[in-house]
Amino acid sequence: MKRYLPLIILAILAVLPVIGLSTYMMHILILVIMWSVIGMSWNLLGGYCGQVSFGHAAYFGVGAYTAGVLYSKFDLSPWWGLPLCVVVVALFSLVLGFIVLRLRGPFFALATLASGEVMRITAENWVDFTGGTMGILIQRRTWVEKTWYFYIILIIAALTFFMIKKLVESKLGYYFVAIREDQDAAESLGINTTLYKTIALCISGVITGIAGAFYTNYMGYIDPHVVFALHDISIITIMIVMVGGVATFWGPYVGALIMVLLAEYIRSIPGLGAAHQTFFGILLIVIIIFLPNGIVGDFQKLKRLVGLRRASG
Amino acid sequence: MTSVQIEVFLQTLIAGLLLGGLYALIGLGMTLIMGVMKIINLAHGELMMVAMYIAYWMFVLFHIDPYLSIFIATPILFLIGIALQKFLINPVLKVESILPENQVILTVGIGMVLANLATLFFKSDYRSTPVDYATNAFYLSDFWKTSPIELSLSVPWTVSFVFAVIITISLWFFLAKTDTGKSIRATAQDTDAALLMGVNVKLMRVVTFGIGAGLVGAAGCLFLPIYYLFPSLGGQFTLIAFVITILGGLGSTIGAIIGGLILGVFESMTATYVGMGWAPVGRFVIFVVCLIFLPGGVASILKRKRLGK
Amino acid sequence: MSLLQVKGVSMFFGGLAAISDVSFDIQKGDILGLIGPNGAGKTTMFNVVNGFYAPSRGEVFFKGKKISGLKPHQICKLGVARTFQVVKPLQRMSVLDNVIASAYLRVNNRGEAEDIAREKIKFTGLHDDVNVISKGLPLGKRKKLEIARALATQPEMLMLDESFAGLNPAELDESIEIIRKIKERGITIMIIEHHMKVIMAISDRIVVLSYGQKLAEGTPNEIGNNPLVVEAYLGEAESA
Repeated sequence: MKRYLPLIILAILAVLPVIGLSTYMMHILILVIMWSVIGMSWNLLGGYCGQVSFGHAAYFGVGAYTAGVLYSKFDLSPWWGLPLCVVVVALFSLVLGFIVLRLRGPFFALATLASGEVMRITAENWVDFTGGTMGILIQRRTWVEKTWYFYIILIIAALTFFMIKKLVESKLGYYFVAIREDQDAAESLGINTTLYKTIALCISGVITGIAGAFYTNYMGYIDPHVVFALHDISIITIMIVMVGGVATFWGPYVGALIMVLLAEYIRSIPGLGAAHQTFFGILLIVIIIFLPNGIVGDFQKLKRLVGLRRASG
Repeated sequence: MTSVQIEVFLQTLIAGLLLGGLYALIGLGMTLIMGVMKIINLAHGELMMVAMYIAYWMFVLFHIDPYLSIFIATPILFLIGIALQKFLINPVLKVESILPENQVILTVGIGMVLANLATLFFKSDYRSTPVDYATNAFYLSDFWKTSPIELSLSVPWTVSFVFAVIITISLWFFLAKTDTGKSIRATAQDTDAALLMGVNVKLMRVVTFGIGAGLVGAAGCLFLPIYYLFPSLGGQFTLIAFVITILGGLGSTIGAIIGGLILGVFESMTATYVGMGWAPVGRFVIFVVCLIFLPGGVASILKRKRLGK
Repeated sequence: MSLLQVKGVSMFFGGLAAISDVSFDIQKGDILGLIGPNGAGKTTMFNVVNGFYAPSRGEVFFKGKKISGLKPHQICKLGVARTFQVVKPLQRMSVLDNVIASAYLRVNNRGEAEDIAREKIKFTGLHDDVNVISKGLPLGKRKKLEIARALATQPEMLMLDESFAGLNPAELDESIEIIRKIKERGITIMIIEHHMKVIMAISDRIVVLSYGQKLAEGTPNEIGNNPLVVEAYLGEAESA
């Protein structure tokens, strides 16, 4: 049963559009799935390989702009951005990895944070190519209703899920975790840590980039502040994984579901909408102090906590 | 070079040095915290923002000059820093988790809350503090009538710079001469040895976070007369502080001062010769070049000199 | 034939010499003991041979090939494995997964890696703890895990950094037995050890370091009778 759980969930999701959900519900679902993809990719690099990135907006944005620039400069369908960004983001990750992967721990984290900001500033200032702060508007939208967008992101998510599952259970997965646990030990056991960290970064970057390219197609508008956002992309990505559970298969899904629903819920309360970052910040602090391994990773602990509260209340 | 070009160059250099002096103060706070606790405080810029709002309201409500507010905002920030360390960061140091970066992520959370609360309370408006000396300046021709070139020195920039230098010197004195300062340095150098020598490491961590927050609070007051104030300005100053820390060498105070000056001059030059919008990119170019070619920062050069190698 | 040659190696840290001009050879199949007082540069020497440090001067050859300047993972691939004085298990992985991770060096599929890993775990006597998360192991077993993990990379030479420190007498005997068995398999061993009895009993040759310099080299007998060594090291150990 447990083995087939991913397939069962996939099947249930696949029939959802048929039963006629509202456009808003479809939108939420698409967002949840898109964020799960980004969360999974971050989890591969951060959770399994131990390289905590504060700059996943860089990959998301480069992917989004790959699709956007294809449309605005080359007059091609932005859908070509999905396959093309595999190459573009992989190259970008290689260059970036060459610089940031020399660093360890918090310094890696900060260097990636800086890389995201550099990309945002570059996109803002390189007006000829990116359109600067005006952004890029896709005027010819492919579909009006959400169904096909839903299926496309669902397929991306399913492929990502199975690929990462395969990867984590393979030699590569062992190497990633070994690097996370102790880089010096890993290196002295014959693991080329630089190479494998670069591989993790590239795979993670490309997946996030694909999500970015999808975002361009789906939303129809991008600008540097949206796609290279520090808080609304990079930090939210970390939060999704932290809340869901670091280094767990299901963590990013649980995290994405909670974060997207929470964001929508807070936005819907009059007068509190602007405070969503305060809520996120407090949630992050609470999670780190009480459930450092997330809802999935600390599920037993969570059950205990809830149980205790019931017993005492 | 024509005299105009020389003028522009010198003016840019001066502006860069003045900016660098203030940057150094921001970097000092972060480098101290990093040295003692080995964590990066990603809420550093947000703490500065908080100090700036304190000084701003002191000015608007009670007409207290921002420079006087140093004596109000710095102690408040010191207490805030102590509270953050004691009640949020210390508990996380004890929590078992997969990622050691949890502490860094925690400071991100703190920064998010601070920035967002500021937006809620004060709206995201850009505010400037209308001190009456805001546009005053010293001119070279006032002192030297026949000077072939003209240079100006903004009064608030100069005053801020002087304050920054005074605070930096006091900090150096504190670290070098007082018992608490020496204990902090011992903790930074070798926590285990410091523990064995009877240093109260736990207390030093709390005090250091307080001092770091206080320093950046003072820097906030110094920035207020010369800079716009808005709730989300923290992020960029956190990055600046971090770049300075890398540039100067982790945990090195002298390195942070030199790093701050280098960064100030470099940014000023980028703004003049490449374009205003690119100044932040210049910041990261320095950062990347430093990571690749000088991983130990300025401190590693100083160290080599001292050992005669 | 000498398997490993250390030729005139010096290692400076900011002007201070941790090792200065040390040379020695290790013959294939031998056990070479590296001894010396604290701070003599033994672990630094391991770090040079293993590739964590590139020597400031001098060269290291393994099977006639220059390895100084290579990365640790390259040196490991060539057949040199090591353990750490301060054990570095992959904390949140089980004993089995720890060893599998290093077994993957020579094989690519999970089945083969697991076979190698199980064999090494049995060899070092950890078979009862296969599924224990390594963080929870007592020190003695963690030291064994280090050895199992190093062996799983199928090395020709094994470097053991104080694998006996902190063990109780029973564990000590077991470990000596393990090392004898490793030698029987034809694996050359370089070992740092403070237990003089152990080192004298198992080593074929001994190199003595003191303040970064080579003080003496010879068979255990020669070293035991060398007045310089007795003064610099053994005397100190006895009085302590």
